[in-house]
Amino acid sequence: MYPSRFAYEAPKTLAEAIALLDANGGEAKVLSGGQSLIPMVKLRFASPELLVDINNIPGLDYMRIDEQGNLRIGALVRHEDLEHSTTLPATHPTLAAASHLVADPIVRTRGTFVGSLCHADPQGDWAATMIALGGRIVAQGPKGKREIDMREFVLGPFTNALAFNEIAVEAIVPPVKGKAAGSYLKLERRVGDFATASVAVALDMNGATVGRAGCALAGVGGRTIDANDAISVLVGKTLNAESIEAAAEAVAAAADPRTDHRGSADYKRHIVKTFVTRILNNIANSEQKAA
Amino acid sequence: MSSLYDVIPPAAGADVPVRRITVEVNGESRTMDVEPRLLLVHMLRQGLELTGTHSGCDTTSCGACTVLVDGRPVKSCTMFAVMADGKKVETVEGMGTASELHPVQEGFKQEHGLQCGFCTPGMMLASKALLERNPNPTEDEVRWALSGNLCRCTGYQNIVKSVLWAAEKMRNDQPQEA
Amino acid sequence: MSLDEIKIGGMGASRRRVEDNRFIRGKGKYVDDVVLPGMLHMEILRSTVAHANIKSIDTSAAWEVPGVRLVLTGEMMAARNLAWMPTLSYDTQAVLATDKIRFQGQEIAAVIADDPYIAKDACAKIVVEYEQLPAITNPFMAQDPAMPIIRDDKENQPTNKIFDWEIGDKERTDQAFAEADVISTIDLHYPRSHPSPMENCGSIADYDRATGKLTVYMTSQAPHIVRAAVAMVAEIPEHQIRIISPDLGGGFGNKVPIYPGYVISILASILTERPVKWIEDKTGNLISTGFGRDVYLNGQMALRKDGKILGMRMHTISDHGAFYADAQPTKFKIGLMHSTFACYDVPAAHLTSEGYYTTKAPGGVAYRCSFRVTEAMFFQERMMHAAANDLGMDQAAFRRVNLVKDDMFPYRTAFGFLTDSGQYDKCMQVGMEAIGYDNFKAEQEEARKRGKLLGIGISTMTEPLGAGNSREYDIIGIKMFDSAELRVHMTGKAILRTGAKTQGQGHETTWAQIVAHELGIPADDIVVEEGDTDTAPFGMGTYASRSTPVAGAAVAMVARKIRAKARKIAAHLLEVSEEDIEWELGRFYVRGNQERGVTIQDCALAAYSNIPDGLEPGLENNAYYDPPNLTWPFAAYFCKVEVDAETGVWDVLQFVAVDDCGVRINPMIVEGQVMGGLTEAYAMANMQYITFDEEGNCIGANYMDYLLPTAWETPGFELHEVVTPCPHHPIGAKGIGECATVAGPAAFVNAVMNAIEHTGVRNVDMPLMPNRVYEALQTGKDVSGMPPVKVG
Repeated sequence: MYPSRFAYEAPKTLAEAIALLDANGGEAKVLSGGQSLIPMVKLRFASPELLVDINNIPGLDYMRIDEQGNLRIGALVRHEDLEHSTTLPATHPTLAAASHLVADPIVRTRGTFVGSLCHADPQGDWAATMIALGGRIVAQGPKGKREIDMREFVLGPFTNALAFNEIAVEAIVPPVKGKAAGSYLKLERRVGDFATASVAVALDMNGATVGRAGCALAGVGGRTIDANDAISVLVGKTLNAESIEAAAEAVAAAADPRTDHRGSADYKRHIVKTFVTRILNNIANSEQKAA
Repeated sequence: MSSLYDVIPPAAGADVPVRRITVEVNGESRTMDVEPRLLLVHMLRQGLELTGTHSGCDTTSCGACTVLVDGRPVKSCTMFAVMADGKKVETVEGMGTASELHPVQEGFKQEHGLQCGFCTPGMMLASKALLERNPNPTEDEVRWALSGNLCRCTGYQNIVKSVLWAAEKMRNDQPQEA
Repeated sequence: MSLDEIKIGGMGASRRRVEDNRFIRGKGKYVDDVVLPGMLHMEILRSTVAHANIKSIDTSAAWEVPGVRLVLTGEMMAARNLAWMPTLSYDTQAVLATDKIRFQGQEIAAVIADDPYIAKDACAKIVVEYEQLPAITNPFMAQDPAMPIIRDDKENQPTNKIFDWEIGDKERTDQAFAEADVISTIDLHYPRSHPSPMENCGSIADYDRATGKLTVYMTSQAPHIVRAAVAMVAEIPEHQIRIISPDLGGGFGNKVPIYPGYVISILASILTERPVKWIEDKTGNLISTGFGRDVYLNGQMALRKDGKILGMRMHTISDHGAFYADAQPTKFKIGLMHSTFACYDVPAAHLTSEGYYTTKAPGGVAYRCSFRVTEAMFFQERMMHAAANDLGMDQAAFRRVNLVKDDMFPYRTAFGFLTDSGQYDKCMQVGMEAIGYDNFKAEQEEARKRGKLLGIGISTMTEPLGAGNSREYDIIGIKMFDSAELRVHMTGKAILRTGAKTQGQGHETTWAQIVAHELGIPADDIVVEEGDTDTAPFGMGTYASRSTPVAGAAVAMVARKIRAKARKIAAHLLEVSEEDIEWELGRFYVRGNQERGVTIQDCALAAYSNIPDGLEPGLENNAYYDPPNLTWPFAAYFCKVEVDAETGVWDVLQFVAVDDCGVRINPMIVEGQVMGGLTEAYAMANMQYITFDEEGNCIGANYMDYLLPTAWETPGFELHEVVTPCPHHPIGAKGIGECATVAGPAAFVNAVMNAIEHTGVRNVDMPLMPNRVYEALQTGKDVSGMPPVKVG
């Protein structure tokens, strides 16, 4: 409950923030919402020498769709901004579904979307949705910006692909081709619990046919599980009992859970399969209703 | 020796870096020197002697320390005091006046929404924030909005009633539009 | 004109709580809110391993941290004979470890510094070298001769067994089993749980060398017991010890024992001559302080074909952790486990118990119950559930056949308790009607056709609340009575103090209502104080639902003493003889002339200004109440659930609670107690438990792993009441604070079992986490929750 000492800077520009990281050679950490970092610092699981607080940098709290149809989410967009968005359920149902399930409502007022991606918690909700959506991270460092595919951004438990002197300034969700469908289901025993298992599915539907199919899992591996390849069995198919079963099987096989007090590896794998099936059945049913 | 909690002038030795911050707490501007590692909850409790904000857990789970920062509920154990520089912080002590309670406070008393009282300040502030955004919540919306705050005594049922009581009172107190 | 009792806030009034006035303003005063001049801060270093010999402890770097005033180790405690302390069960417990570590989280060293951040910095610099020993995480491992002796510090402790104990009539029970048509069995583990009040434990010790006085602010449910214990342990004269228990952020039994942190803070204050504050963090609270339950419950029931119970056997194997520290009456080694089946007419019963040390935290506190009654009643209702199924009888019908009938009171149970009142069948009827019991079977069948698994669960019980009497009940030899002191001032206002200690139950509100009922003084004119041993009369504190049964009775009795004296004063004022005085609420009058009277306030004024000859001045008194028996509230709970067969997740569809706690002083507060208790019951049934892995690591040492339900998951509860006054309590009240926690878990579990037992499963251990329910559905086999948890 009592962090160790650290130095603190609250720059007003990104350039200053990056310069601070650059000057501190890996001993500095970026502080945005702080809802994952501060608990770790409180418990002294993390003891950074310098915290660079980016909350005072203007212009990072946007969430907008650009001309190409990319959804762009700035580094200071809070979880609750997504949760309270009135347009997100239609444009990005996977993100909208997850937005209610991240931590708890109070944490959601502070914690940021991008910060959560950087935290790379194997049980993190947003990373799963972003991998399923084929999203990218914009990293900005002393030499400018680069984009990192989410599939390459999460390297392992609590490890991301940012260089020590880079800041994740933006997350990009590519445009939907066709109609967006998808959801996020999480087995948690109570609000704020870590996921026993959770599943993000994002599909681009061309009428009744699946265009792009994306899927990722949380809580069932040492890192967020990229199940995009597994769910690609759906591409070009319509959603029916057979294709859904095949996809659910394939995704469950991609999970790499371990047995612990939340359940056996087999149970968690079963939950993955069940949730994939449920999400896809729901999509199929709503397609039918629409048709 | 240095102490984390000294309001200006600091007694801290030269070896411990502090930052000067100014925070509007319950409508009053407070300036103090704090170590960066000082948590907001400790600044409020020890530095400003506002002990109505409680510290319950170490893992950002219980919400006993919930305060409003620029109107939004925040777990003050998960924010450094330095991060509140230039912001408005509202604690339970600022909810009502000595003679006039906020409707949420009244609601908690009327509907027996508290027992030991430890989670109560955080619950009430989370409730106040909810009602500011949603003046007419359903029971489920209240339960959802308070699901970041743990209570061990009441079973929540009366807390929900308390918030609905306050919502009704606030709606009735609202001047009717002409 | 008689007063309107409800208007003056007397008995039966849902009076809004007095204490809320400060709590809703953030003006409560909890231990952590107390600041004393010159106060230092203490942090404790805890072991990271479960079982290990300590090779070395190096504190040198900690001493070097600027702002550190003192670093204490077991060796330094031992030099002052304080390395060990007595527990509430006549065992010893390490204050700071000297020889070896016996559970993860055990106290190793303490740092006292200018602020807690610095103390924590210094703790991080202490280096401990361990020599690891195998972790022993359940009592069956403890019996393995290959396992080390955990308590090698004790003489005459050749094994890890703590006790064998038995009660009941073995021969008669064996006979009943010989005559049985059907024998039903059940095997359960009631998992380790933690009371986990929102406020953690803490103390501020302030030793004044000039006066020799030790003042300790402490999170204690029983400050007078603490005073006595401190006098014994610290060798400070009892009159020089003042324990102040200010507002408590919940207790639930967790704040009954005396913890190492309290003792260390006291020594630290003596050594530094400064006040020393120790406030535990949540992990410290969950990992080291008094847990509840952790008992393996095995039983059989002898039954006649028509459903009559002929006898029952029960065997318990309890896991006490590294130190036997149960807070319970001396003569009962496994608390009041033998209160099991007290509401049923069981002719013969026999209980055997064995207790073991393990490398887990000590405790065995009465977590929101009267000394292991929760386990007793959970066993009872799970056994009843299994027996009804084995007989092929309806759950409600089976219970109604065997419940003690209204005309059987007073009823002597097979284990020797005397239950004295109740309308058990009426409670059943009220509950069955409210939940729509008679329609349920059809509902269940219909739902099953749609692939939905519905279940209904019943739990009924009477539990012994309100220890003493003092003949049988004590804590470390101190008899269990309680006390009240009432001082009526000359203007008719009053102050009341008791030996109980409220932790959220609302004593400040309800005690005044009892006085209002007895004297007609408006409740708002009475202030209630508790928790300061320098001012409160000696009492045993608040736990085991004993406050209303014992301290509340003392309040009524002291008010009656005051009324008796006021009557003499009234006779004097009215110039008639005392025999000609009649009483109505708040007023004496002359028999036959109701107009001619004086109020209680008139008498109070006269007590200080116009005393009759031969009468002592003043209107103050005290009462010590030793109850003739326990009180026996009754509960009948009905729960309806739906289980998701694909995931094992279950939801409560409806919960009906019928409680008979006798006369309700403040119905609003009673209902609050029931709803809170039901929520803890739901928590235990669904998610809240502490377990351990193979290395003895505690899983459940913070709120990320130790799950308490939020407002979102917690179901709504429908409350109903039946009132059967307690025949011996002065105002007819019975305990209520714990009924729901005690009877609740079995209602949830029985409901889930009812939904899934078509697969052949008989038991799933709590908590009924989705993975366990799913496993039971898949395999049809019982699911054990016994630690260690397998990981991998």
